[in-house]
Amino acid sequence: MTSALLYDRLQFAVTATFHYLFPQLTMGLGLLLVYFRTRALTSGEEHYHHVALFWTKIFALSFAFGVVTGIPLEFQFGTNWAKFSNFAGGVIGQTLAMEGMFAFFLESSFLGILLFGERRFSRPVQWFAALMLFLGSWLSGYFILATNAWMQHPVAYTVAADGRLFVDSLSGLLTNPWLLWQYTHNMTAAVVTTSFVMAALGSFYLLSGEHAAFARTFVRTSVVAGAIASALMIFPTGHGNAKQVFEYQPIKGAAFEGLFYSERGAGLYLVGQPNMETMTIDNPLEIPRALSFLVYEDLWAKVKGLDAFPRDLWPDNLPLLYYSYHIMAGLGTILVVVMGLALVWLWRGRLFSTNWLLWLLMLSAPFPYLATTAGWMTAELGRQPWLVYGLLRTADGTSPLVHSGNALFTLLGFLGLYLLLGLLFLFLVAETVRHGPAPAEHQTAAYPSGQPI
Amino acid sequence: METFWYIAVALMLAIYVVLDGFDFGVGIVYPVVAHDEPDRRTALAAIGPVWTANEVWLIAAGGLLFLAFPRAYAAGFSGFYLALIIVLWLLIVRGLAIELRSHLDHRLWQRFWDMAFAGSSALLAVVFGAALGNLIRGVPLNQDGYFFVPLWTDLMTGPEPGILDWYTILMGLASAAILALHGANYLAMKTVGELQRRARCVAWLGGFAVVGLVVSALAAIPYVQPAFRVQYAIHPIGYLFPGAGLAALAAALQFRRRDRDLAAFCASSLFILAMLASTAWGSYPNLLISTTDRGNSLTIANATAGTYGMQVGLWWFLIGFGLIIVYTINVHRSFWGKVRPESESSAAE
Ligand code: HDD
Ligand code: HEM
Ligand code: HEM
Repeated sequence: MTSALLYDRLQFAVTATFHYLFPQLTMGLGLLLVYFRTRALTSGEEHYHHVALFWTKIFALSFAFGVVTGIPLEFQFGTNWAKFSNFAGGVIGQTLAMEGMFAFFLESSFLGILLFGERRFSRPVQWFAALMLFLGSWLSGYFILATNAWMQHPVAYTVAADGRLFVDSLSGLLTNPWLLWQYTHNMTAAVVTTSFVMAALGSFYLLSGEHAAFARTFVRTSVVAGAIASALMIFPTGHGNAKQVFEYQPIKGAAFEGLFYSERGAGLYLVGQPNMETMTIDNPLEIPRALSFLVYEDLWAKVKGLDAFPRDLWPDNLPLLYYSYHIMAGLGTILVVVMGLALVWLWRGRLFSTNWLLWLLMLSAPFPYLATTAGWMTAELGRQPWLVYGLLRTADGTSPLVHSGNALFTLLGFLGLYLLLGLLFLFLVAETVRHGPAPAEHQTAAYPSGQPI
Repeated sequence: METFWYIAVALMLAIYVVLDGFDFGVGIVYPVVAHDEPDRRTALAAIGPVWTANEVWLIAAGGLLFLAFPRAYAAGFSGFYLALIIVLWLLIVRGLAIELRSHLDHRLWQRFWDMAFAGSSALLAVVFGAALGNLIRGVPLNQDGYFFVPLWTDLMTGPEPGILDWYTILMGLASAAILALHGANYLAMKTVGELQRRARCVAWLGGFAVVGLVVSALAAIPYVQPAFRVQYAIHPIGYLFPGAGLAALAAALQFRRRDRDLAAFCASSLFILAMLASTAWGSYPNLLISTTDRGNSLTIANATAGTYGMQVGLWWFLIGFGLIIVYTINVHRSFWGKVRPESESSAAE
């Protein structure tokens, strides 16, 4: 790999991974904010309005970081991946431009109303703004995933005389079969992340004996939402994703499962370290025949292993891909267990006084972030060596005249800047948490109007 | 069809400059006009609810360029690599400055973000102007349709220029002055009292700087890019655009003198639109003009994205454009009128 290519790839990986830490919280919160605002309107309870105001503050923070880290991504297609843009722009230009026109405008116009409008607008107008914000963020998820789904599974294109691709059916592009499971899985993951964050904060307040009324609402809402969403992560959406990978990208599937050789009745590795020298899994803990069953609903079905494919089509970082997938799926199981326990205790009415479980909820907040990051690494590393699956290799997609010195300079710049941004974000969230959700008078004192609430 | 998309992208960019331009301008004049904490809050509150939506015009314009002319998007963005990434960093700093300043009630925190806001706004205004200068002057495109320009070489225009040369620097300064004028007009319209007085004063003085810089930049164009002269010679009706621009500038100064704030702001918006339209007119049908071999230039004909894509794009673009005009008007109407944060919140404090 030339060093420019390496830096280009690292830069995209770093900036995309960092960006995605923020939208997953905003997309999930978008949904829950609509719920809180609806409760506030229908029940007329001030309590829910203040819950919504508090989470709107966190939403605004996460949104601001999401916006500033999103812009570099949009432009990097051109700066670092010029040949890819030239090759595929006739197709993905559509979805990227639609995201801007239909989703980003919607979000950013209505966010202003929600943040600055507490005094200017009536509650129903604010509710409507929250609804639009939710719609906008889920739409932007849709369009960007349509772009990614096309790179995973190109559809609806024709090849022009000069070899570039042009779209030939917009509806085909927007209903890419790959999207069904990718979108449902990814958006459910956003709800999982948000539920865990909300549950962690509620548990933190309960354990420290502060803001008890608010904390109970946080925990109650998030445990119900989180339990449902976590279960949906495994079945049907995770399962659906895995099946579709085996159908359309069997090499990726074999690679992330660690299946070196084709097998009838293939087993599923729960743990184990891929050994690239001997092409085996060290220290395996295996469920016999499970993989065949999961993929083909048949204990004896044959699953193609890596040996069935030429080596230059294998993803280039196999062990990392394997671990990413196992981290996601492993954490997925843990998340279901945690939320499942919490739900049972909630149902029995004991959750708020069960300290060990509150501690567990509080400490689990980072796990969904790790799982989503690992999930994206699975999808993106597994797509290698292709940039557009089966059509354009990653090595052929970079900018021809951007040399390694320039790419390294900007990569280092992003690393430094993002390190600072990450610290800043954590610091500000901690400040907001310390301030706590407060009834109306305190709210305005802390944030004079004309400033975000 | 190609011409439609050329106009659409240019229009999106022009609206971007008018809208985000005023909040950049507020950033540039911020240290000069906002002297104390209430002033600063007022100035920020004047742009607070609208600046993110303004920035989306840039993202959407980028997306539409990608859709319609992917080759130009690829060549342009990779060619201006360093400048663009620096723009991205500055946009990050600027966005955070506006959003984060109010989150902590500490003087040093606020001073820090004040400096970041003013500095990044001014630098970005210069860079955007220089970028426009680069488009006018042209870039050394090779046969494959790619180029790479360093930040600077010997500061001269010519076949192997840098991003910064005497002409693009001139354009950068002009752009900073124009946006400062525009932002000061916006502030004058949105505020009252001392802050408004100072904004009016800055806009008045800024007006003269703009006249000087714009006239010199216009005078330089025939030397820097003969293609413009040719295009205007063939279609002299195009002179309407720079003519309208200069008239709008004169009107802006006239309204300024009479303290008609809204009219002055509208005039400076019109001035910006007309100047960008003049550039688009002179450049047409080129997207990127080559300084080495004219045949390497990227035009709307050789950079397109295929007929079907442009056609479906057309109908959803029109729907989307209608929607965003509605949002934009709605947001500005919702926050219409003067910003007086301190009096509104004094009861709570
Ligand atoms: C809370 C986060 C989370 C959890 C618990 C899971 N996933 Fe996941 N997964 C994601 C978050 C995620 C993600 C970040 O949302 C990805 C990345 C790309 C995408 O669309 O979703 C993803 C992608 C992804 C892919 C790759 C699709 C591709 O290559 O394009 C597969 C095969 C799975 N998932 C399967 C699973 C299975 C079988 C899970 C259950 C044990 C599971 N995921 C739990
Ligand atoms: C936000 C979630 C995402 C994350 C965390 C993510 C992660 C990554 C990672 C880790 C890589 C490096 C892969 C490698 O070099 O081996 C990568 C590459 C890339 N991804 Fe993503 N990705 C995300 C979403 C997307 C989306 C939505 C798109 C398309 C719209 C996309 C387009 C690309 C491109 C163009 C590259 C560079 C080429 C390549 O290395 O294949 N990514 N991404
Ligand atoms: C790698 C490809 C990606 C690109 C090019 C990209 C681009 C952008 C841009 C330009 C913004 C700022 C929009 C604004 O100003 O309002 C943004 C924000 C956002 N992005 Fe991404 N993004 C990518 C990945 C993703 C993914 C994978 C998702 C989710 C599925 C996502 C969801 C969002 C959302 C919801 C926002 C709104 C701001 C926020 O909620 O934080 N993005 N993105």
